[in-house]
Amino acid sequence: MSTATMSRDVASTPKTGSRVVVEALIEQGVDLIFGYPGGAVLPLYDELFKQDKIRHVLVRHEQAAVHAAEGYARSTGRVGVVLVTSGPGATNTVTGLTDALMDSVPIVCLTGQVPTHMIGNDAFQEADTVGITRPCTKHNYLVKRPEDLAPSLHEAFHVARSGRPGPVVVDLPKDILMGSAPYVKRERVSHRGYQPAMDPDPMRVEEAVELLLHAERPVFYVGGGVINSGPEACQLVTQLIRDTGFPVTLTLMGLGAYPASDPQFLGMLGMHVTYEANMAMHGCDVMVAIGARFDDRVTGRLDGFSPGSKKIHVDIDPSSINKNVSVDVPVIGDAKRTLTSLGQAWHRRSNRHDRTQTESWWQRIDGWRQADSLKFRQSSTVIKPQHAIQRLHQLTLDRDVFITTEVGQHQMWAAQHFKFDKPFHWMTSGGLGTMGYGFPAAMGVQFGHPDALVIDIAGESSWLMNMQEMSTCVQYRLPVKSFILNNSYMGMVRQWQEFFHGNRYSESYMDSLPDFVKLAEAFGAVGLRAETPDEVDDVILEMIKVDRPVIADIVVDRTENVYPMIPGGAAHNEIQLCPNENEPIKGSEEGMVLV
Amino acid sequence: MAEIERRHTIVVLVDNEPGVLARVIGLFSGRGYNIDSLTVSEVDHQRSLSRINIVTSGTEAVIEQIKALLGKLVPIHRVHDLTIEGASIERELALVKVTGDRERLVQALRIADFMRARLVDSSPGSFVFELTGNSDELDSFIDLVEPVEVSRAGVVAIGRGEIVLRPRDA
Repeated sequence: MSTATMSRDVASTPKTGSRVVVEALIEQGVDLIFGYPGGAVLPLYDELFKQDKIRHVLVRHEQAAVHAAEGYARSTGRVGVVLVTSGPGATNTVTGLTDALMDSVPIVCLTGQVPTHMIGNDAFQEADTVGITRPCTKHNYLVKRPEDLAPSLHEAFHVARSGRPGPVVVDLPKDILMGSAPYVKRERVSHRGYQPAMDPDPMRVEEAVELLLHAERPVFYVGGGVINSGPEACQLVTQLIRDTGFPVTLTLMGLGAYPASDPQFLGMLGMHVTYEANMAMHGCDVMVAIGARFDDRVTGRLDGFSPGSKKIHVDIDPSSINKNVSVDVPVIGDAKRTLTSLGQAWHRRSNRHDRTQTESWWQRIDGWRQADSLKFRQSSTVIKPQHAIQRLHQLTLDRDVFITTEVGQHQMWAAQHFKFDKPFHWMTSGGLGTMGYGFPAAMGVQFGHPDALVIDIAGESSWLMNMQEMSTCVQYRLPVKSFILNNSYMGMVRQWQEFFHGNRYSESYMDSLPDFVKLAEAFGAVGLRAETPDEVDDVILEMIKVDRPVIADIVVDRTENVYPMIPGGAAHNEIQLCPNENEPIKGSEEGMVLV
Repeated sequence: MAEIERRHTIVVLVDNEPGVLARVIGLFSGRGYNIDSLTVSEVDHQRSLSRINIVTSGTEAVIEQIKALLGKLVPIHRVHDLTIEGASIERELALVKVTGDRERLVQALRIADFMRARLVDSSPGSFVFELTGNSDELDSFIDLVEPVEVSRAGVVAIGRGEIVLRPRDA
């Protein structure tokens, strides 16, 4: 708990609790809130009505409010703010909060609560919000005294944005909002227990550089933590990688941290991504993981994961180190500060580095690149989803374009075929894998970047999970584009059923889909459709041209699979490429247990 | 890393606020770690700090993970692993009820005397003993007197000599 040292002269005259909340938000630099009103938060909505510094965006479902705040936060680097009512308002945020926790997104979520004297009485719209959200937030608060309002809010923002970022809930009982409370300024609030370590241990940095200097088969493995650390961290990591001349692979969350068009980039690594990246991870002698957490989608089978390498792991979260994979040089610290130290140490000693020692490693990598692992069979009659994404990328090269995705096959194809040269332009649900994330996240991105082109690359099943937000887009004239790769299946489920469950497509077919063009029109948006490959470009160009929300219904090959693939329970070097004939991919018995 | 499971006594200093114990317990239950014993009480009224003593068991990797996760909880000030950070003392208190005929009670009294348990209640046909010691001593006593009911306080622990667990702002 925060403590505010208050004496009479610094505590300002009492105001209503709601006014204190609004002032704290303003002092924290908030100018945008995603929310949905209800009984318990009416006093706060009344206070919002009386001011003009904070803009409130009315979403159509509380889960979407959190995803929108995530999209806003991840594309701007600021804290995303959510306001919902008690009970169902709060419980509807749980998926979004869990998503933000898994992907380290700074969110402050204000929830209404029944008056303090009614807490525990099973009152109307009462839920134990702090109990329910405890495991899915970085921290949460139930404010029980008016004087705790301002300190709790200030601390909530500090906790959300510092260290490893994450979601924080502040539960606000109605009587506290209506009561009178003193305002406490941000700088008066101290955080006595919570002090995340930021600066790396210099000894560890030297050990890391020593390994780098003598590496013959090095690889950088960079994740979303570098993006979270800020634009400077991304520049520093790019500089260090260029200075060393080493190859780099990025995680799903890290895309954009290093330019995809650079020759040192091996592509993304993991279950569905490039052969060269996964083989490099498997065969390296020194691995430098920065802001990445050795997720099971990245490592494959743990006992077969990069067996011959010394591993350096830079992370701000001590519990991420040695969690799945034991490492040789753990470096706890903020990515920016650690990369600054690493860069300086490298420069001091780089005269001892001989670039020729990695030459044969690069030759092997170039050999792996020949596999052309992202290739797919083009068709002249049916739209291949990979082709649609490649065209989308090509036709938007001259634009400031932000991509969000839903979850499934389209997400992997987007990660494979849309190339990101800049950070903060790619928003996807990596850890939790939340279908329904992309569309509301795109709204949040558009609010943060009103003039940019914001596209949700979606599958039809995922998109339907938060389709109500089209109403929000129309209300706020958000020209968000929903680029739906429509194959009438939950494609990734269908793919796994094909590979591992004997082609028994249990409940993965979406019967009775809406007519997406008419659906767009019903909302007051624009609907477009492409059914053959020669229609794709026209639809994309029209979609970009229209300054309104658009659904582009791209009717794609129903049975296309994502390749390459590391089957569950396999190691990196057991990666399977796109089969030439109809030879099926087979998983192992043990692998089937894994998700 | 060694796969041998070992018993560790971990102590944490926390802000004495509602929900802090739930955070600690939730961390263990949510990730499938064991709690063998847990005690909690306020130890610094002025600073409103509580101390939680946790006895857990796990492989070295699991114990390291538990400590790292505890350290991330916002209201937690300090995490110490007394099992590896030098010598420490552990104590536990038990109240043990024995019932039976006169002969059985006299025998229990004799064992209690020998093991330095105190008789704290004497009712017709029943005795209640209080015993303080380390967990093994309590186990032995309970084995010997074959009680009908046992209430144990859980482990409290403290480092020996100069090992001092202070809050961060002290």
